[in-house]
Amino acid sequence: MAGMAGANGECQNRAVLDQWHPLGAIDEAEPNVVHVTRLLGESISFAVTPEGRSAVWRTRGDLAAGMPVDPESVAGTLPSRCEFLYVWTSLGDPPERSFDIPEFFEPDRRNFNACTIGLRTSAPRAVENFLDMGHFPFVHDGLLGSEPRTEVVDYNVHVDGDTNEVWATECQFWQPAASATATEGQMVDYVYRIMQPYSILLYKSCPAAPERMDLIGLFVQATSEEHCRGHMFLSLIDDESSIGHIRRFVQTIFAQDVPIIENQNPKRLPLDPQAETPIRSDRASILYRRWLSDLGVTYAVIPAA
Amino acid sequence: MTADPFTMWHPVASEHDVPYRHVHHGQLLGRELAVWRADDDFVNVWENRCLHRGLRLSIGSNDGTELRCQYHGWRYANRSAGCTYIPAHPADAPARTICNRTFSSVERYGLVWSGESPVGDPPTVDVLEAGTPFGLRNLPVDASVELAVRHLQAHRFSPCGRLDAEAPEMTVDGVSDYSVALTARAGDARSTAVFFVQPVDSGRCVIRGVLADAPPAGEQLAVWRHHAIELDRLRVVIEAEAASLPAPEPMVPMLQQVPLHLAEVPDAPAGRQPALRVQVQRKWETAAGVAAFELAPIEGVLPTFQPGAHIDVHLPNGLVRQYSITNGPGESASYRLGVKLEPDSSGGSSCLHETVREGDVLAISEPRNNFPLRRDSNRTILVAGGIGITPLLAMAQALDRMSLPFELHCFAQSAEHVAFADVVDGLGGSVVRHLGLSPDETVAEIRRLVAGYESFANLYVCGPGPMLEAVRREASAAGWPDEAVHFEYFKNTNEIDNSSTFEVALARSAMTVTVPAGATILEVLRGHGVIMPSSCEQGACGTCVATVLEGEPDHQDVYLNDSEHRAGDRIMTCVSRAASDRLVLDL
Ligand code: FES
Ligand SMILES: [Fe+2]
Repeated sequence: MAGMAGANGECQNRAVLDQWHPLGAIDEAEPNVVHVTRLLGESISFAVTPEGRSAVWRTRGDLAAGMPVDPESVAGTLPSRCEFLYVWTSLGDPPERSFDIPEFFEPDRRNFNACTIGLRTSAPRAVENFLDMGHFPFVHDGLLGSEPRTEVVDYNVHVDGDTNEVWATECQFWQPAASATATEGQMVDYVYRIMQPYSILLYKSCPAAPERMDLIGLFVQATSEEHCRGHMFLSLIDDESSIGHIRRFVQTIFAQDVPIIENQNPKRLPLDPQAETPIRSDRASILYRRWLSDLGVTYAVIPAA
Repeated sequence: MTADPFTMWHPVASEHDVPYRHVHHGQLLGRELAVWRADDDFVNVWENRCLHRGLRLSIGSNDGTELRCQYHGWRYANRSAGCTYIPAHPADAPARTICNRTFSSVERYGLVWSGESPVGDPPTVDVLEAGTPFGLRNLPVDASVELAVRHLQAHRFSPCGRLDAEAPEMTVDGVSDYSVALTARAGDARSTAVFFVQPVDSGRCVIRGVLADAPPAGEQLAVWRHHAIELDRLRVVIEAEAASLPAPEPMVPMLQQVPLHLAEVPDAPAGRQPALRVQVQRKWETAAGVAAFELAPIEGVLPTFQPGAHIDVHLPNGLVRQYSITNGPGESASYRLGVKLEPDSSGGSSCLHETVREGDVLAISEPRNNFPLRRDSNRTILVAGGIGITPLLAMAQALDRMSLPFELHCFAQSAEHVAFADVVDGLGGSVVRHLGLSPDETVAEIRRLVAGYESFANLYVCGPGPMLEAVRREASAAGWPDEAVHFEYFKNTNEIDNSSTFEVALARSAMTVTVPAGATILEVLRGHGVIMPSSCEQGACGTCVATVLEGEPDHQDVYLNDSEHRAGDRIMTCVSRAASDRLVLDL
């Protein structure tokens, strides 16, 4: 395991250190109080102001969890930003901008963190599960798919030349009850977009506004190589359902994935093309793995030999 | 330790760990195993890892013939561990070589024995051979095998019949690296137990004890409890010592790589596979004029087949013929074929009927599936004409096993002409026999069957040419799209016109060849060293297909349907030719 993590498990992989990583939802963190979490094998602390500004630092004794603190007065901080509902930080030299979600700013959208769940698997395994339609009828039976409608029709994949993001477009899958009013199943359109090694966004056709898309994001905080926390980001057009109802629905779906992804062996995502057997419907995952290799990601994965 | 544990047999489960329809999570020498018993009592010991995305197969489901992975529903066959169905691509037959890693297994003394690469047979123990072995409670212990074996030699228990004995006299009858045999005596009573130690990992093991002689039925529970209590004491002692020692490094098993051609999408075209040898285990008359053959492997395990698959049978007289496999899912011990004696046989069916006998050895190809079964339909209609029932029988059994709805229509001269009637009867209510119909009555019946097409319905038909034509015509008239009608011809009765001359360019091999009148594309390419699979070589089976990148094919096969012919992007290289001067193939 040499090369991926240091003696105490801290990350030594430049490509990953230099990314922005989520730590938690801004409005779920009590303001002006020290919160402690883990990132890339290290203990990290953060605090937010009531106005939604943040400070992030490597955990130290004089600022213990739960202590009151004025975030603006903390010295020796790490880069941080509050964006798209979450506090983000970097343990390296992060890019000026992370990624864009223009839809986020549309006035009639409801943006909120649906849930944050700890997972005993690597961050890329969680991302790849999120990217995968083939499991819908088996893992989310009756919700996102149902047997025997199991076919994954061919879709397109590419890496965007400007942003270096992975896209899977023209994806379709049969959903038994796509909206509250639907009595019959129908094909639902999906677009997947991987912005960062551990961050992915899904655009899904929206029953309330056929021309627009709901956004569902999974921003993964790699706490170690084989553990992570998934933050589920929602940006919806729907204004009918209560947030509590949507949260419960999303949590149900996520809870169905947990026993699956925690039972993948090995836990770190293998990047060697010969480690597992892809099929046509795995084009997105094949490209994701290759893209991780090209980026030089070695943390939370098993690099190709 | 002297012996190499990787070449030895070890117990990996007890009989009661592997009841029907269950999957046991085992581990041996650091490697995780999925252990499951099929309904035919074969115990499968597999790497606990789905080849697709690494999911543990131990959380999958065992339907008695196949193991289904929980993540994307891939199905793997009993014995061979070959993949038989990939639900994400219901119209495609899985590449035959997608096969999980399997390990040998033998049941002995109430234990399932396996190993990484075991040599010879599992150990035999005289007292157990002579006795009536009785399994004790499994004891997982957090300690190395060495420690367990050392402490086992001081283990104490009371003999059956004298469980209350204060101080039974203990003797150690034998010790090996992985087992200890002990005898307890008190007065006249004596009991011998053999304790096998399964190396789970460097710091974990399971002690599996077997009493040489089963106690009388009334005492078994008491004896089992007595040993469970004594073994628990033993565990406390062993684990206390293990805790005082430095923890050993866990073992890291090597995971096998998948073959290169499976790591890439799309699949490379498969070359011709070497023929297998099988023995005719049974031959019987299954219907008037139809002989059934059961072909068993001479050694090892037969390759995985899927419903709709056929094999080439190489006959003693030099002919090669194709026959469908009729087996249900997971019936992997032998292939069952049905062969109709053709009145105008050119020597194929008559050779099988008259010459081939039980005990004979035949060469066959690996199964190929050019007639794959979708399992994502709301309605599946199977239409069999006479001996055409053979591939449909495999399909019906697969659907039946998955509780998917289907109708099987058997057209035959009379009840005596329905092959494998016992299997047909076992399918229950979804079977309809249409007996003794005239050609006109047959067409009328077919018209009735295909009336009212609804989406997500699929129609599969196999039988004599005129019947297939009728089904295709009637289905099309009733609104069935071409892609929902799947057919398999016995043979291509079209007149083949091979008078044209044209050029074929191979895009990937960067070479151009000329196909003269009288020769086929397949022959010319093979002549230039291109490895191309083929089977019927008359445009009926679909094995020799190639992708057309440029040019216009002159189709002469009966494998592709009309819209596939019109699309012009695939060609059967054994009979079809070029209508343009040049064809570019993706080879
Ligand atoms: S991981 Fe087993 S079917 Fe996909
Ligand atoms: Fe999922």
